[in-house]
Amino acid sequence: MADQMQLNNISENNFEQCLKCSICTVYCPVSAVNPAYPGPKQSGPDGERYRLKDPKFFNEALKMCLNCKRCEVACPSGVNVGDIIQKARMNNPHKPKLRDMMLANTDFVGSMATMVAPITNFALGLGVSKAVLHSVMKIDKHRTFPAYASQKFETWFKKNAAADQDKYSKHVSYFHGCYVNYNFPQLGKDLVKIMNACGYGVHLLDKEKCCGTALIANGMYDQAKRQGETNMESMRSAIAKGRTVVTTSSTCTFTMRDEYTHLLEVDNHDVRDHLTLATRFLFQLLDDGKIKLAFRDDYKKRVAYHTACHMERMGWAIYSTSLLKMIPGLDLVMLESQCCGISGTYGFKRENYETSQKIGDSLFNAIAEADVEAVTTDCETCKWQIEMSTGTPVLNPISIIADALDVEKTIELNKNR
Amino acid sequence: MDPNIKEYDVIVIGGGITGAGTARDCAMRGLKVLLLERFDYSYGATGRNHGLLHSGARYAVTDKESATECIQENMTLRKVARHCVEETDGLFITLPEDDLDYQKTFVEACQAAGIRADIIDPAEAKRLEPSVNPSLIGAVRIPDASIDPFRLTMANVYDAQLHGAEALTYHEVTDLIINQNRVEGVRALDHHTGINKEFRAKVTINACGIWGTLIAQKAGVTVNMFPARGALLIFGHRVNNMVINRCRKPANADILVPDDTVCVIGTTSDRVPMETVDDMRVTPQEVEVLLREGEKLAPALATTRILRAYAGVRPLVAADNDPSGRSISRGIVCLDHETRDGLAGFITITGGKMMTYRLMAEDATNLACKKLNVDKQCETATTPLPGSEAPEQLSKKTVAVMAAEGRHGTLTKAIAETTDVVDDALVCECEHVSVSEVNYAMDNLHVKNLVTLRRRTRVGMGTCQGELCATRAASAMCRKQEQAADVKADLASFINERWKGVQPVGWGDNMAEAQLTATIYEGLCGLNQYAGKEDLK
Ligand SMILES: Cc1cc2nc3c(=O)[nH]c(=O)nc-3n(C[C@H](O)[C@H](O)[C@H](O)COP(=O)(O)OP(=O)(O)OC[C@H]3O[C@@H](n4cnc5c(N)ncnc54)[C@H](O)[C@@H]3O)c2cc1C
Ligand code: SF4
Ligand code: SF4
Repeated sequence: MADQMQLNNISENNFEQCLKCSICTVYCPVSAVNPAYPGPKQSGPDGERYRLKDPKFFNEALKMCLNCKRCEVACPSGVNVGDIIQKARMNNPHKPKLRDMMLANTDFVGSMATMVAPITNFALGLGVSKAVLHSVMKIDKHRTFPAYASQKFETWFKKNAAADQDKYSKHVSYFHGCYVNYNFPQLGKDLVKIMNACGYGVHLLDKEKCCGTALIANGMYDQAKRQGETNMESMRSAIAKGRTVVTTSSTCTFTMRDEYTHLLEVDNHDVRDHLTLATRFLFQLLDDGKIKLAFRDDYKKRVAYHTACHMERMGWAIYSTSLLKMIPGLDLVMLESQCCGISGTYGFKRENYETSQKIGDSLFNAIAEADVEAVTTDCETCKWQIEMSTGTPVLNPISIIADALDVEKTIELNKNR
Repeated sequence: MDPNIKEYDVIVIGGGITGAGTARDCAMRGLKVLLLERFDYSYGATGRNHGLLHSGARYAVTDKESATECIQENMTLRKVARHCVEETDGLFITLPEDDLDYQKTFVEACQAAGIRADIIDPAEAKRLEPSVNPSLIGAVRIPDASIDPFRLTMANVYDAQLHGAEALTYHEVTDLIINQNRVEGVRALDHHTGINKEFRAKVTINACGIWGTLIAQKAGVTVNMFPARGALLIFGHRVNNMVINRCRKPANADILVPDDTVCVIGTTSDRVPMETVDDMRVTPQEVEVLLREGEKLAPALATTRILRAYAGVRPLVAADNDPSGRSISRGIVCLDHETRDGLAGFITITGGKMMTYRLMAEDATNLACKKLNVDKQCETATTPLPGSEAPEQLSKKTVAVMAAEGRHGTLTKAIAETTDVVDDALVCECEHVSVSEVNYAMDNLHVKNLVTLRRRTRVGMGTCQGELCATRAASAMCRKQEQAADVKADLASFINERWKGVQPVGWGDNMAEAQLTATIYEGLCGLNQYAGKEDLK
């Protein structure tokens, strides 16, 4: 019978699985604040049919999509709505502007900036520079650039940590990402501290390139693909040595696990399962009884957890929060999962500033009401946005754990495991 | 004579493409015309065909005359019906199980009929049309195209009216008024009011497609017709952008046509008794044949969601002077019943294809003009239909406006010029139909209910099959005209009509979608209490 002949429907990113229920549109943070955005359903599966008929039906409004993937989480039918939209954008490349190239090349601009960090930080903070960025580069003047560190994480690691790592019996590789390397090496140091205490040596990859999130968002797909392939190559050789690759950024992780195959056609099937977020890695070790953690008695803090969009997409917030809840002195407030509005480099662009802040508004209010000392989240761009918009400091869960950790006791607990 | 009874030069019965084209041609020649359709325009075979603007290649080997007719009309319609045509080009592919020698016969026959036919490398064919069966061993490129029946018919009706014709839908001709071997007019039942009316004319033209045989009966003459039923499947989106045919003798399910946002595989071909021509249900056997053969043209069809199935009946006519009906004419049949049967004032125009409608209309109109002693040349081969004039730059270029431009051509200007944000809101998201387009259709295109609105705009033709757009369309219509109670019944009937086409292919994602639709309309809205009114047509 005919229904036996067609056992399943296969379409790119499942676009024809769409049941037109419109739930995705209800969850889209952009649709909620900007009526000019057609929303995930129309931009995704609906628009796709027209684009298949004729590419001229590409709608410029698709550039308003944050790629937050909340629509994909909401979809009851397994449609990769965000991917459909990203793919459509990829098929309609625009020439990236200087600004987009600058925002996208986080590692190149980062390494230039670290060399002259004090000057860069000073210059980026200046009113004049901001005015130039705002009008010439169309980077919104309200934005504070994340400060550049004067010593890269890699440099620190090679000088101070690398030599000690071989003495451990178990090992992980660490994909630190651009943010840790150029802006916030402390987070990397925190991870090394925790892993070492648990009896794990930490190693850099043979070669690490920016994961490419910003390149994808700014239309530089070829470069993103090349970098993705380099990263996969490096990870493969780490995995061959029996090491898991851990990260401290939800966005880098999501990009390398999911966007590489969905958008860039970078093959990661043999890497994906060995690439994970440090909090998830730690939680699973704890859960399996393979490690133990001990915390300081004198640690006291009230913090609020913000679920970054890509954490929501991966469904991994539970790992970070479960870990945090193990800290006796930590009073953890759960914020409702919603987009902060920054979405990587999106919110840096002048044309998006207003939308970006409107999206974040309800989150910022919730943070103000929570009355906490700090916010914690797994994504660095959320950190910029929340710090800029609320003045509340934002910490990665790994940094909180490192801070609360009783190192001596932890080493003791894990000694003969 | 009753002064209430209107007098016309010509009454055209049947609002398919043939009737619409004939009404237009007659009106353009200055005749006073009335067009009568029993339900809606393109309710018959016109709204149930494949939408292929044949190059003629399909007939080249077996019927040179038809092939030549096709290629000439193909070239003409590209110009005068520009907005209804998409110039896709087509391929005739040879698969390993086909005879490659046939390709030579085919190409020679095409050339003899004046159809450009280029043999291309299979690799080139795959590059041009990536969905094509990769195991093909031969390919010929020919100037096939796709053509939208609904737009084509409406543009003809609209232009007929611009030239002074009157046109009535839901008026079914029940009888002919015959006086001393002369047809002097018709009696018709107005389905909406239930009133019987009389219309008089010097010439009556029977353009009722397969139902033409019944009209002829009413006139006491015989036109032998052979209903040939064909079923087709609509897929949810385009798999191919060029028409794909099999390079072999015409057979079942060997053409895949990209029609607007979808693609359509067809057709089957079965002789059926006249009593069954109003039963358009598609059988599981038909679905199976279509799918099995369709996969051979484009393997992706095996995994592409099927939206719905439908069937139509070709009006094939027995060659005249052969009452046994064994020799069938595929060509145009224009009968002057005065010379043929001694019945004056009556013409039957039938046979042919949708895409040869203009020629058919020309023949019928020439004959009518002769009878009326009107000496005016046919101009339809050179005068563009409304919407097909030279395109102008529109002030707005949204996706909905571009989509509307595909449907209404240059007439989209009236749709695009809106100032109210509400007018820009979408009624149908799958097909990008705005409130403004719905309003335009109601004002200009004889929209009487949701089904007619669908034929004018594509509301409800997309993947949701009415799930979201039907209520919105109903509310847009309410604001403009209808009574709320009527609208609820209309809505129930529309949803049922959509389901009928989905039902034969109700599995997988389609079934899930239908379930959701049922939950919304039955469960949430309680629409069942309004169902039961007879189907909209
Ligand atoms: C499956 C299939 C596929 C086809 N594919 C193609 C194709 O790809 N390309 C192509 O060019 N052609 C194609 N054709 C052929 C084409 O559809 C027909 O030749 C054409 O549509 C006939 O148009 P028509 O106006 O003569 O008849 P119809 O469209 O059938 O119109 C007759 C009209 O008369 C009305 N009517 C009937 N009785 C009465 C009455 N008593 N009073 C008032 N009105 C009445 C009916 O409601 C109907 O609307 C296909 C046909 C079929 C069946
Ligand atoms: S990815 Fe985010 S912004 Fe883009 S459509 Fe989906 S929900 Fe909206
Ligand atoms: S949530 Fe999924 S199924 Fe529903 S409209 Fe959006 S894409 Fe379609």
